[in-house]
Amino acid sequence: MNLILILITVFTTLILVRLMNISQLSAQLAGEDEEAEVLRDNKINSFLSFVLMIVGLVAIGYMTLRYSKFILPVAASEHGVKIDNLLWINFAIIGVVFVITQIALFYFVWKYQYRPGEKAYYFPHNNKLEIIWTVIPAIVLMVLIVTGLRVWNEVTMGDRSDGMVIQVYGKQFDWTARYSGKDNKLGASSFRMIADDNELGVDMNDKASADDIVMKEIYLPVDQPVMMEFNSRDVIHSAYFPHFRAQMNCVPGMTTNFYFKPTITTAQMREITGKPEFDYILLCNKICGVAHYNMKMKVVVVSKEEFKQWIQGGKQLGETISTTTAHVNTNGNVQNSLLP
Amino acid sequence: MEMNENINVQHGHTHEAHGHDEHHHHHKETFWNKYVFSTDHKMISKQFLITAIIMGFLAMFMSLIFRLQLAWPDEKFGFLESIIGKWGANGKLDPGFYLALVTIHGTIMVFFVLTGGLSGTFSNLLIPLQVGARDMASGFLNMLSYWFFLASSVVMVASLFVEGGPASGGWTIYPPLSALPQAISGSGLGMTLWLVSMVLFIVSALLGGINYVTTVINLRTKGLSMKRLPLTIWAFTITAILGILSFPVLVAAALLLVFDRSMGTSFYLSDIFIGGVPLEHVGGSPILFQHLFWFLGHPEVYIVLLPALGLASEVIATQARKPIFGYMAMVLSMAVIAFLSFIVWGHHMFVTGMNPFLGSVFVFTTLLVAIPSAVKVFNYLATLWRANIKLSNAMLFAVGLVSFFISGGLTGIILGDSALDINIHDTYFVVAHFHIVMGASAIFGMFAGIYHWFPRMFGRMMNKKLGYAHFWMTLVSVYGVFFPMHFLGLGGVPRRYYANTAYAEFDAFININELISVMAIIGGLAQLIFAFNFFYSIFKGKKAEQNPWNSTTLEWTAPVEHLHGNWPGPIPTVHRWPYDYGKPGAKEDFIPQTVPFEDTPESNHAGMH
Repeated sequence: MNLILILITVFTTLILVRLMNISQLSAQLAGEDEEAEVLRDNKINSFLSFVLMIVGLVAIGYMTLRYSKFILPVAASEHGVKIDNLLWINFAIIGVVFVITQIALFYFVWKYQYRPGEKAYYFPHNNKLEIIWTVIPAIVLMVLIVTGLRVWNEVTMGDRSDGMVIQVYGKQFDWTARYSGKDNKLGASSFRMIADDNELGVDMNDKASADDIVMKEIYLPVDQPVMMEFNSRDVIHSAYFPHFRAQMNCVPGMTTNFYFKPTITTAQMREITGKPEFDYILLCNKICGVAHYNMKMKVVVVSKEEFKQWIQGGKQLGETISTTTAHVNTNGNVQNSLLP
Repeated sequence: MEMNENINVQHGHTHEAHGHDEHHHHHKETFWNKYVFSTDHKMISKQFLITAIIMGFLAMFMSLIFRLQLAWPDEKFGFLESIIGKWGANGKLDPGFYLALVTIHGTIMVFFVLTGGLSGTFSNLLIPLQVGARDMASGFLNMLSYWFFLASSVVMVASLFVEGGPASGGWTIYPPLSALPQAISGSGLGMTLWLVSMVLFIVSALLGGINYVTTVINLRTKGLSMKRLPLTIWAFTITAILGILSFPVLVAAALLLVFDRSMGTSFYLSDIFIGGVPLEHVGGSPILFQHLFWFLGHPEVYIVLLPALGLASEVIATQARKPIFGYMAMVLSMAVIAFLSFIVWGHHMFVTGMNPFLGSVFVFTTLLVAIPSAVKVFNYLATLWRANIKLSNAMLFAVGLVSFFISGGLTGIILGDSALDINIHDTYFVVAHFHIVMGASAIFGMFAGIYHWFPRMFGRMMNKKLGYAHFWMTLVSVYGVFFPMHFLGLGGVPRRYYANTAYAEFDAFININELISVMAIIGGLAQLIFAFNFFYSIFKGKKAEQNPWNSTTLEWTAPVEHLHGNWPGPIPTVHRWPYDYGKPGAKEDFIPQTVPFEDTPESNHAGMH
């Protein structure tokens, strides 16, 4: 098999070499005028550039139409809609610039193709033009910066005290959620306290820990803001919720957060998309190891009543972890808690 | 002309003092000092180019392997086992090795092809020839620069053969993944070799960069003021300065990573529980690494792009038979881009948990880059307007570069907007963006350079017909591969996924992934045409004329046959800027830089240069 491949490669190369020799020799024999050849090549290639421009724009238009229903799934969070609107404004502007400049580029290549005896228009500089095409992009960009930062500030800053606190905890290669319970406060935790029955290393000496509930799925009540706090125990992961337009890295050694409000329940989304099996997902979007591509979790958005029922099905950590084991890791080493 | 030569003899003594000519006469040229331990910038540039081409093919081949996997995740490819052994057992690509391929593909393309290959080849070839110098300021350091580059290439390739596999944490090698062999097997010896290779590479880049800057500042020939430098030289100089300022930071980042990996320090590591045990590292920050990495990493984008833009500027002006529009604006915009490139790195880190206000600052600086970039694009378009365009192979590639620079630059506006980045960060949208704006643009600039200066390098011409086939196939395949990726990204498909089979929502994109892979294979075949044309033409190409493109710049005044010292007689003197193409009243449609104004009274009124 390999031998055949090698032989094919060698012979193809040899044949190509022969063909090249022949074509060069025949060109010399025919005594083809070099100027005529340049002219012919120029015509063919400038024509191709014109064709490419048309075909390219048609292909881009076709693909955009064909795939527009698959891109940007319906935004299921309050800020997601704003991000999408901002995105469309940006696309409109860059789309116009893209079409104009690409047409100009390939059209010029075709239109101003080499003609013997003609001379290019000597036009080395023009300060007025330079100023125009410095100032106009500057103005457009200022508009984009200001509109963009307005959305960014809304998404990332402001009062978030009404958010239901949920910890999203990444490790190779799965996710775990910890709900903060009635006090809406997550108990402290430390990687040194991780044990078989305490996957997240929650410090049971912290009073806030007892009512925390660890879950293997995320349920969110609709129209209830959530404050997600992200942690990782090993490498960097990234918690990406494409439908909520939400993403935040999970970094070992620090806590990050993302605040958002889901607005569409899973049931509603199944109707909107026409897919009865639809589910929101949380996926890992930062390379984290061999099974990175399978690190996902189901996310379900339900009504507030359904959420209450669901969360009652979970056990509070006070019931599942005893305070004594909390100080012992799987090695059996007794650790000093880093926390008071 | 005779008068000029007299002047040259008088002023040429400083150059003669370097003794290159004597050197040439006294020492017999052997195979070893001509081809291997050469200090001649022209030979070193060929060494860089050929090494980079080999590395480029390796990296391209890797991308084809993982494209097969991405398009046809359920198929088996029997030949994989015979190429990559245990990583392709039973015709299935190993998921860990998939990550290794992605990592090494990126590393080789960014550093070995588009940094070492691009700057190493063309800065070396063109700086002495276009500034009118006998050689680089230090031929010896230049030789070392290549040998460090080769050593680093060898180490990088060697890392493919270690048992745990090569580095597999992505080309950005974020710790803790890259620091912990427990987290991924490629972070063992493979990662160590990666780090060693990068440090060697940076030594090479610094030796090269210092040499380039020194040569441009000190060894310009008489009459060649900075305002008369070809844009290529401006681009190479600015690039070299970027490299000198930013690469050492990557060494620092890598060194701290080495300490964390093997000496138990905690610069980047903290609070880690892996393999069933808590690690002792406390107090470090993985985010610190990202700041250091991107402090190089972002300027690196322009280290890759600026030389390509410089080469394209030169080729476009030459083949459009028209001065580059807005020479000073072109220089200024490059300088502004270079300056801004140091204060935008945070846009790679919008979703790391960085303070949102800091994110806002990076949005502002990042989007500012679009202004000088727009100026450059409009200047290229103005150059083509009412030109008399000769579509040489190089010209087509330069036009392709401009097209990619526009397409990829525009999507950068979206990614640089932190609010929009939240949803498309690390998706295929990013992959599409950077492959078009820096990968394709830069490689097209490099191809433009190769086709244009091949006669200068090898004294022969490349075959035009094959060049045209190469260009059109490559242009179509690049757009065919990377344009559809925007849709994947907007659909939420993350990059660096071995397969999307676990995600029903991505099923709609299966066709796109197949299209991309087919296009990638076509693109790969096109590069075989190039490789054949390149190596064939070195030996059998048509003999080149002295100045095949009717260019104005100095490199075309040197004889076709290479000689150490570049010009047999005195170094030419420069009397004008490099873009006197199509000047009204002139006898021909170009006036070389060596022609004094006294000789061209008929055209002097037309330009101020």
